[in-house]
Amino acid sequence: MSYIIDRRLNGKKKSTVNRQRFLRRYKAHIKKAVGEAMTNRSITDMDKGERISIPTRDLNEPIFSHGPGGHVERVLPGNREFVSGDRIPRQGQQGGGGGGGGASDSGEGVDDFVFQISQEEFLDFMFEGLQLPNMIKRRLAGNESFKMVRAGISNEGTPGRINVVRSLRAANARRIALTSSKRRNLRELETELEREEQKDTALRDQRKLEALKKSIVDLRERIERVPFLDDFDLKYNLLVKQPKPRSKAVMFCLMDVSGSMNQATKDMAKRFFLLLYLFLQRSYEHTEVVFIRHHTSAKEVDEEEFFYSRETGGTIVSSALKLMRRIMQERYPASEWNIYGAQASDGDNWNDDSSTCHKILIDDIMPHVQYFSYVEITPRDHQALWEEYESVRALFPEHFAMEQIVDLQDIYPVFRQLFSQKVAA
Amino acid sequence: MLDKFPTAPDAKSEGPISTTSEWTFELIQEYDQAIGELAEEFGLDTYPNQIEIISSEQMMDAYSSVGMPVGYNHWSFGKQFISVENSYQRGLMGLAYEIVINSNPCIAYLMEENTMTMQALVIAHASYGHNSFFKGNYLFRSWTDASSIIDYLIFAKNYIAKCEERHGLEEVEAILDSCHALMNYGVDRYKRPYPISAVEEERRQKEREEYRQRQLNDLWRTIPKMGAGREEKSIHRFPDEPQENILYFIEKNAPLLENWQRELVRIVRKLAQYFYPQRQTQVMNEGWATFWHYTLLSELYRRGRVTEGFMMEFLQSHTNVIYQPPFDSPYFNGINPYTLGFSIFSDLRRICEEPTEEDRAWFPDIAGSNWKETLQFAMRDFKDESFILQFLSPKVMRDMKLFCISDNDRENEIVVSAIHDEDGYRQLRADLAGQYNLGNREPNIQVYSVDTRGDRSLTLHHTQYRRRPLGKDSSEVMRHLHRLWGFDVHLHSLHEDEITASYHCPERGRDRLDHDEEPMLVPKPI
Repeated sequence: MSYIIDRRLNGKKKSTVNRQRFLRRYKAHIKKAVGEAMTNRSITDMDKGERISIPTRDLNEPIFSHGPGGHVERVLPGNREFVSGDRIPRQGQQGGGGGGGGASDSGEGVDDFVFQISQEEFLDFMFEGLQLPNMIKRRLAGNESFKMVRAGISNEGTPGRINVVRSLRAANARRIALTSSKRRNLRELETELEREEQKDTALRDQRKLEALKKSIVDLRERIERVPFLDDFDLKYNLLVKQPKPRSKAVMFCLMDVSGSMNQATKDMAKRFFLLLYLFLQRSYEHTEVVFIRHHTSAKEVDEEEFFYSRETGGTIVSSALKLMRRIMQERYPASEWNIYGAQASDGDNWNDDSSTCHKILIDDIMPHVQYFSYVEITPRDHQALWEEYESVRALFPEHFAMEQIVDLQDIYPVFRQLFSQKVAA
Repeated sequence: MLDKFPTAPDAKSEGPISTTSEWTFELIQEYDQAIGELAEEFGLDTYPNQIEIISSEQMMDAYSSVGMPVGYNHWSFGKQFISVENSYQRGLMGLAYEIVINSNPCIAYLMEENTMTMQALVIAHASYGHNSFFKGNYLFRSWTDASSIIDYLIFAKNYIAKCEERHGLEEVEAILDSCHALMNYGVDRYKRPYPISAVEEERRQKEREEYRQRQLNDLWRTIPKMGAGREEKSIHRFPDEPQENILYFIEKNAPLLENWQRELVRIVRKLAQYFYPQRQTQVMNEGWATFWHYTLLSELYRRGRVTEGFMMEFLQSHTNVIYQPPFDSPYFNGINPYTLGFSIFSDLRRICEEPTEEDRAWFPDIAGSNWKETLQFAMRDFKDESFILQFLSPKVMRDMKLFCISDNDRENEIVVSAIHDEDGYRQLRADLAGQYNLGNREPNIQVYSVDTRGDRSLTLHHTQYRRRPLGKDSSEVMRHLHRLWGFDVHLHSLHEDEITASYHCPERGRDRLDHDEEPMLVPKPI
């Protein structure tokens, strides 16, 4: 007798845990692969999954086995031309390399262990351990995020929230209230009945006895007819929404698109911002992003235009900072918002403009922002702008960071450095 | 390999069970019943069957947990899963058609993608072939307990999960890694373990915890005995005899392991023991199952219960299964156990039914005997090594064109020492059998001594087989051993009582002795 069971509807993902354990164990390898993948990708598929390869020797689960050497006898199938006593010259590893008596594992694989990780996993690894620094301002923002709090008892609610104790207590009270007069009557009747029964048999009034007994039964029934639990006994736990204080953050992305930035530097700048954008989208649900691009004049643009527009011109860096200052004042009061800035440029600027930048930063921007990062994308020597910014960093070491990117490989490491999780000070 | 196409159907038949390749549950049931009745006619004794239909993804899950229906969690199973999934997605590999578990009832998985023919093949192969092997073969009968294995797996999974909660993933993983490295050395080759159920296992586990700690303390007692003026002269070597079950030795004697760690060692050891018969009977087990699916389905065809289309499809996959690429083919990956096993069993039947002069000379006892009884006998009382030594016939050697090469690193050339001819049969058979002897396949490593009075170091000895040295993983395995033992571990590789190589953990200077250096003599027991 056989039992035939359809298991197709049972869970499929039995191995998920083991798969995750595997990924966790080889985190270092995967992170490295993710970092490399970042530099080789075109901008549009920055956030796809990735093939990860891990050298097989690192995955090895060692066991005691025979090594090459010694005297090995092997039986093989498919003889065509050999007769016993034939001598065959040794060729390379063949023969001697056969492991474990069985011919099974001759020729050990040296290929990497290659597998695919999903987009989710890829992004997880990419942004692991990153955060927006100094996000401290929190306030009640109104109507977006709530938590539910107990707020006493109500007569209405969903069955899942029934408060059993209160409901039964109410039912009990109702039963007492509804039956008290009847029970009083009952008690009177019973004492009367008792008195009647104690009389001498001859003196008893049979008809009265009958009547008493009947009304007692009657009363009992009426008392019993009061329901044990009624609809209006039900009490429910009441939960109310309470607004939760939440931090609001805005990121200003300032990108130089002047003529001095050639195609390669622009591409790197875009990659940097794209990374930043992906990071914010993924890790901070409620973060606003303001895109500003500038040459001689700055302009606030949307995401599409920021990454794909081709407009260009001369360079006045301060124009972008001025625009940022204006937008901050108009829309993002520093008392409510955690403000972040990220600026990318090749460092070329009108000479006298760099000091203006310095001044705007020091006076109007740095006091209000949580963190401002500047990346300079240039293989050349630094110019005035870098020096001015260095002095800003000296003034605000906690809140200002600057890094240089020379080529594609630098982007991801620099990005990690700028936004890596700081140990709480 | 196919000696003859199954003979044409008898005239008086009930008609085929099905005519299309679509399967339904009713059809599976009908086929199972027809095959089951036939199997009984042929005298196959089986556990009750539980046939489970699963999807390909579930098959991959089952695959990566080495076929255990309930497995504990470990990254190595994840690695297995990822690699299976990869090659499956790239189309490099078809999934196995079936997985069968040695339990009572015997669980067999059928994949939903299979055609009706394949389902019938799998039922015949797994639910009657493997199943009767599990129930009949002496190794399985005496080493594993089919009725309690699922229970034990559940206990193991829960226990390990509990340890992870209590002691952290990393800790548990580290111990399991080390145990896996030594898994092949966690087997009792001669003692038979007592099977117990999960509930009992849990109760006993508590008892063991206390008992173990007491035992240990005694062994490692450092407080001098009262009144013992000086050290006793005749200190016994510990252990008295070399121990082949390294994991067992560690479980009982490692000085620093916590109780839960000992229990993990035990779980891995138990699983190794459970899989031990399977490793020793691969050729027989697969050969037996293949022989029976072939025999049962051919018989069904003869009785007209299956169509010719069914037979064509069946024969095609059957031929694929038993294909043996020659040694110089790029597809060659050792001797195919299905081919070897199937050939031997089929030839056994031929020897019984139509013996030749040669067979009478080689197998006087069985030539012309009742084939069903002879096959049952061959299945019941042998393992791969002895099975080949006993039943590999000259005809099979000729058919497979077997030859033997002798590769001695002291000679410049490889010698063909025997081929499939009159002079070579016996040597060929002995060598092939030796190839399936686990004792030759795996290095022979045993616990030799423990320095109980000194630095508590553990010494192992590797006795070389035909001067074969240890592989390059050995130092790595020593690190795992060191983790479990907690103190220094040494491994000496011996050839005729001379140490030719030594491994230490923590490492000491050079690993191997140079050739010109005088070999050290084996240190005498303390």
